[in-house]
Amino acid sequence: MSGLARWLVVACAVLCLGAASDPTERLADPGQEARARALFKEVRCLVCQNESIDASNAELAQDLRAIVRQEVAQGRTDVEVRRFLTDRYGEYVLLKPRFSWANAALWLIPFLVVLAGGGMLASRWRTPPPEPELTGAESEALARLRQDET
Amino acid sequence: MIVEIGAFALVLSLVLSVLQTVASALARIRRAPVLAAVGEAAAISAFAALAVSFAALVYAFVVSDFSVANVTANSHSAKPMLYKVGGAWGSHEGSMLLWCLALTGFGALLAGYGRGLSAGLKSVAVATQGALGIAFLAYTVFASNPFWRLTDPPVEGRSLNPLLQDPALILHPPFLYVGYVGLSVVFSLAIAALVEGRADAAWARWVRPWTLAAWSALTIGITLGAFWAYYELGWGGWWFWDPVENASFMPWLIATALLHSAVVTERRGALPGWTIFLALGGFTFSMLGAFLVRSGVLTSVHAFAVDPTRGVLLLTILGVTAGLGFALFAWRAPAMARGGLFAPISRESALVLNNILLAAATATVLLGTLYPLIREAIAGEAISVGPPYFNLTFTPLMFILLLLLPAGPLLAWKRADAGAALQRLWVAALLAAVAAVATLALVEPRSLFGAAGLALGVWLIIGSLTEVAERIRLFRVPGAEALRRLGGLPRGAWGMTLAHAGLGVFVLGAVFETTWKAETAEVLALGQRLEVAGYVLVLEDVAPVQGPNYEAEQATLRALAPDGTLACMAQPERRQYSAGGQTTSEVAICTRGLSHLYVVLGERRQAADGGPVWLVTGYWNPWALLIFLGPGLMALGGAISLSDRRLRLVAGRRAAPVAPAPAAAPGPVGGQA
Repeated sequence: MSGLARWLVVACAVLCLGAASDPTERLADPGQEARARALFKEVRCLVCQNESIDASNAELAQDLRAIVRQEVAQGRTDVEVRRFLTDRYGEYVLLKPRFSWANAALWLIPFLVVLAGGGMLASRWRTPPPEPELTGAESEALARLRQDET
Repeated sequence: MIVEIGAFALVLSLVLSVLQTVASALARIRRAPVLAAVGEAAAISAFAALAVSFAALVYAFVVSDFSVANVTANSHSAKPMLYKVGGAWGSHEGSMLLWCLALTGFGALLAGYGRGLSAGLKSVAVATQGALGIAFLAYTVFASNPFWRLTDPPVEGRSLNPLLQDPALILHPPFLYVGYVGLSVVFSLAIAALVEGRADAAWARWVRPWTLAAWSALTIGITLGAFWAYYELGWGGWWFWDPVENASFMPWLIATALLHSAVVTERRGALPGWTIFLALGGFTFSMLGAFLVRSGVLTSVHAFAVDPTRGVLLLTILGVTAGLGFALFAWRAPAMARGGLFAPISRESALVLNNILLAAATATVLLGTLYPLIREAIAGEAISVGPPYFNLTFTPLMFILLLLLPAGPLLAWKRADAGAALQRLWVAALLAAVAAVATLALVEPRSLFGAAGLALGVWLIIGSLTEVAERIRLFRVPGAEALRRLGGLPRGAWGMTLAHAGLGVFVLGAVFETTWKAETAEVLALGQRLEVAGYVLVLEDVAPVQGPNYEAEQATLRALAPDGTLACMAQPERRQYSAGGQTTSEVAICTRGLSHLYVVLGERRQAADGGPVWLVTGYWNPWALLIFLGPGLMALGGAISLSDRRLRLVAGRRAAPVAPAPAAAPGPVGGQA
């Protein structure tokens, strides 16, 4: 199963060895470069399968990296850079979906599952265990039995 | 001729599956042992027929019979033998045949080894397994037949994708499929329990070994896939939260939850409904994975067209199978006994908590995988869900789960003393704190996430060992006595400890690698160097290499350790495959203790002076070995637990232990493999 699909997924990854770290693309300021690299990981390579522009060597990814680096070099904040990208390419370009109403289900359901599970567990607890506790002598006997066994 | 035998055997297997289903179902209705025996014999024969069929396909690949369409599309006469054989399951059709082989194989095992099951339960389970066989075999025969001949056979094949020509990826599908399809047995047992209206301890005891086998195989399969991605894709990553990976990860999460909830059902008769629900869910997720990966729905925005007709068929199988299963569940489960009660602080509660967190984690992965589809279908808006989402949702859930994990096995059933359990964990807590402080003090650049993660790993490993120390009463009885107890520990206990500690090992590796990996890329001419994490790589030579079915450019780099000594000679390659013309990268990995120096040869460029230069990337992946070693230990733990059962089957008369056995420990077992 993984065969074909894996290859589809990696089809453009293959060409992208050392993509984002390519020295010819780097910014001179290491601080800015680090920020740009962090941003790359959040931006989708639109023509690739499911990859960030950090990993892809597709031409579009190169262009997007150049745009992001340029924006960073001009002193834009991360938020501004993201807005710049979504204005042009839509929300699809962000690998981290926004916290918006349209994505409420995406962000909240895991939390709700925990809550619902916890609620169900708590409702079970409310019914007290009817079985009587063991007396001291009984638990001693049980401990002896266990010891014999191991 | 052999290919025709294969095609015939495939159809025969389908017919036998029909017989298996009908005879077993009738056996249940009429309570007729003769019919049950017919059903079982049919199940075993269906497997035998499919084994013949599969062997025929492998044969066609081995002899490069290009009159078979599937061989032409996926093989090449110059390919090394290993990859010719592996090519048999490298395609849609071949992998579906492998899926069916596993499905009928498990059906045969169920029929052959299910002696301890009650007659009714067994008949329904064999019938269900047969019905699953019918669905997938019919799909294979009519929509995805690997034996179709070409009227005009070419002289040469189109070859298997070179990326897949790799030992790890040849082994990856068989393990993965044994895992996926192993969950079908659990599914069939769940259907049987619902039909019979009974999911007691004896039933749960039956669910455990199958789940354990499937879980271990899935663990190995997923790890092989991650390992392959790590060294074959050439960018140092090993997990990408890619839909294909997620498709295999969801059944694993469910199987993990099932493994733990079945313990509760087995030991305390509690949560039968939930255990059945998970048992149905496991194979449902396996089928969902098969559908997602093959249908192409997740890749539809791109030009890679996967056959949509097949997707629809798989979706139908998934919908009907899971739909019927869960409808039966909704109908029958409410009538089932709720089982034993337990206090808030108890082993049961700990295991339920484990299940809640694993269910939430599965929901996260499922949502992250499907949400883009859902939103596109509803609102027509395209969004992406990538690694940052999973880092923010899945990781915290797992952090909580792993934080609580060491306490679980130390809690008693029904009612436990949390204080006492935590008290026993003081050594683990102390060492975890030491690890955190040491990490913050020693490792540059400082990272709070890294320190917390390493502390968690230590907490898990020492916490798991604490449970063993408790069992053998280390330091509380004389050394010889403790040693004797150690030897007497059931294998299931070892299995659990290994699995939990292996998880800790994985956490150590994953956290260290992700937090402190270093990467340097430089364009190098011969004789030039680059530096990564203190290591110096000198490009000494680049020479052409002729492989069996590719041509390569091989670089030789001298890797010097920070102390100036020679670490290794790294020889990364860039391969050009003659059939198909793809380029792949063969990375060079120098293992330094637990860490990897990972060297990738990139494209050849032209320097300003006209001479050739190469893009070389060096990665320092600290503790990367642990990332693959940890899951290896987990799978080994699973296998050891399984062997415990077999031991008992052979020994037969060993008393059933009442000792407070751990989560992955097996219970008293009747007679099964």
